[in-house]
Amino acid sequence: MRQYLLKSILQIVPVLFLISIIVFVLVYVTGDPVSLMLSDTATDEDREILIAALGLDQPMHIQYFRFLGNMLQGDFGTSFRYDMPALPIVLERLPATFELAIAAMIVATVISIPLGILSATKRNSFLDIFVSGASVLGKAMPHFWLGIMLILLFAVEWKTLPVSGRGSWDHLILPAFTLGTGIAAEMTRLIRSSMLEILGQDYIRTARSKGLIETIVVYKHALRNSLIPVVTIMALQTSTLIGGTLITETIFSWPGMGQLIIQAVNTRDMAIVQAAVFVVAFLVIVSNILADILYRVLDPRIKYN
Amino acid sequence: MSLPLESQTAQAGSVGQAVKKPGQLRRLARMLLKSKTGTIGLLIVIVVVFMAVFASAIAPHDPAKTQAAQRLKPPMWMEGGSPANPLGTDNLGRDVLSRIIYGSQVSLMVGVCAVAVAGAIGVVLGLVSGYFGGIVDNLIMRTVDSFLAIPNILFMLVILTVLGPSLTTLILVLGFTNWVKYARIIRGEVLSVKERDFVRAARTVGASDGRIIFTHILPNVISSFIVVSTLSVATTIIAEASLSFLGLGIQPPTVSWGGMLSDGRQYLATSWWVATFPGVAITITVLGIMFLGDWLRDILDPRMKARAK
Repeated sequence: MRQYLLKSILQIVPVLFLISIIVFVLVYVTGDPVSLMLSDTATDEDREILIAALGLDQPMHIQYFRFLGNMLQGDFGTSFRYDMPALPIVLERLPATFELAIAAMIVATVISIPLGILSATKRNSFLDIFVSGASVLGKAMPHFWLGIMLILLFAVEWKTLPVSGRGSWDHLILPAFTLGTGIAAEMTRLIRSSMLEILGQDYIRTARSKGLIETIVVYKHALRNSLIPVVTIMALQTSTLIGGTLITETIFSWPGMGQLIIQAVNTRDMAIVQAAVFVVAFLVIVSNILADILYRVLDPRIKYN
Repeated sequence: MSLPLESQTAQAGSVGQAVKKPGQLRRLARMLLKSKTGTIGLLIVIVVVFMAVFASAIAPHDPAKTQAAQRLKPPMWMEGGSPANPLGTDNLGRDVLSRIIYGSQVSLMVGVCAVAVAGAIGVVLGLVSGYFGGIVDNLIMRTVDSFLAIPNILFMLVILTVLGPSLTTLILVLGFTNWVKYARIIRGEVLSVKERDFVRAARTVGASDGRIIFTHILPNVISSFIVVSTLSVATTIIAEASLSFLGLGIQPPTVSWGGMLSDGRQYLATSWWVATFPGVAITITVLGIMFLGDWLRDILDPRMKARAK
């Protein structure tokens, strides 16, 4: 186990290295941070000085190694919009994004587990068909549209929930549903097929034949085991989840990292964008490793090799 | 990526060739009609393609024509609506139905072209990675890992900011960020196909690597490619709409469903129809393509079906 852990942690290094190249190239291609920083009245001479000061006259690989060196020390440059180091600005927004993401996962879990179980145990019933239809619809709907429709119904039409912002529990409901529905659709499908597979196993037949009541067979014997693949696949959805927060936070003016990124992209505040891309990538990689470990802990049959 | 026909027929048991023969076409049609969702999917796709191709003939109005007097008219079944604008008008008095009809052009074009770009990159890298293995494989797969660690939408946002939004850039960006899943799936298929006897036989008689890859392996992985591509068109349409919604995709005056949604969002309190109908159009289109893709998967790749069940 320890060896396995060490190996998977070591695998992060080349991936992070490649990501640093991607992030660097993206901004290197953007080319001209100088004209964004200079005022309109600046002369060519001012320009030269700034270029030299930023090291932009150096060859590309030198610039990259400087970028990498700074990055390893947590320095992604200064945001010209906030006039502060970029990384702390990004990290400061994380709690709000985590709050939204966790709420969305809770919504997804609460919807998908009962529906997944019901449609698996009552296979091909009307309910099963309805649930399958709903989950296909949940995948086909663009979630930013769903968000707008939820605002239309709950905030504009019925005036029961706030339109945007972060604060009380009320504020969390609509964004969490917007972000959670797509994941719920995916999860319901997974739980259903996983349950069906488990319900056909020998030990379920044994449990039934020794006279256990169906509820115990389903909830104790089958559900626990069928959740193993679901848990891991969900942990692998971190990338989708964080991607989803970008738009959800924009629609609901949720003050998280997603909103920050969209604003930074619009104002071309590249230091923030670089730092954010890196933070996101890091989170995704770490959660993928956690998913892997979780899978092995939940299912001891899997070998470490 | 066109294949010489004889190479396809040379592969006994290859599914790609089944589609080509006229007698088989009827069999295929019968199989399609057996699947209810497949039929619905095909019908939806036909309607959307028809809308896109004949937009200028069927749209009741010019999608860009503004009429100040007709601003924010409700759909025809509501009070104040008129049959001249069946789905109402937007904030500039433009006909919502006509804009939806024209919007299908962008969605389909971006969807199909971006998938072609992604497919081309992904298939080539997947073939190379799976066939040669070793350092090349390692390098490509680590690149795949790095791409997977950055959410697609974030990646696209950053590139679009750098390059500036335009139709071509949008297609290239969507293609460039979505090749990863092709590379993974094709690589996996290649790993198993390359151990089969006919590949060994080809190698024994001295066929070059290029020949083995393109005439012996590629035809055998093409059915997975078709299935993944169809489903990718659906996700790409949603991605395009998301980017246009954020203002980084299709730029006005070109009509796009995502852009319409974004415009309509500001008039939500008074005019629900402006933001609602484009979303309905996206959902139905994506649903149709997904149904069609699922059906294609069932007939082209029975193993995938078994895995999905």
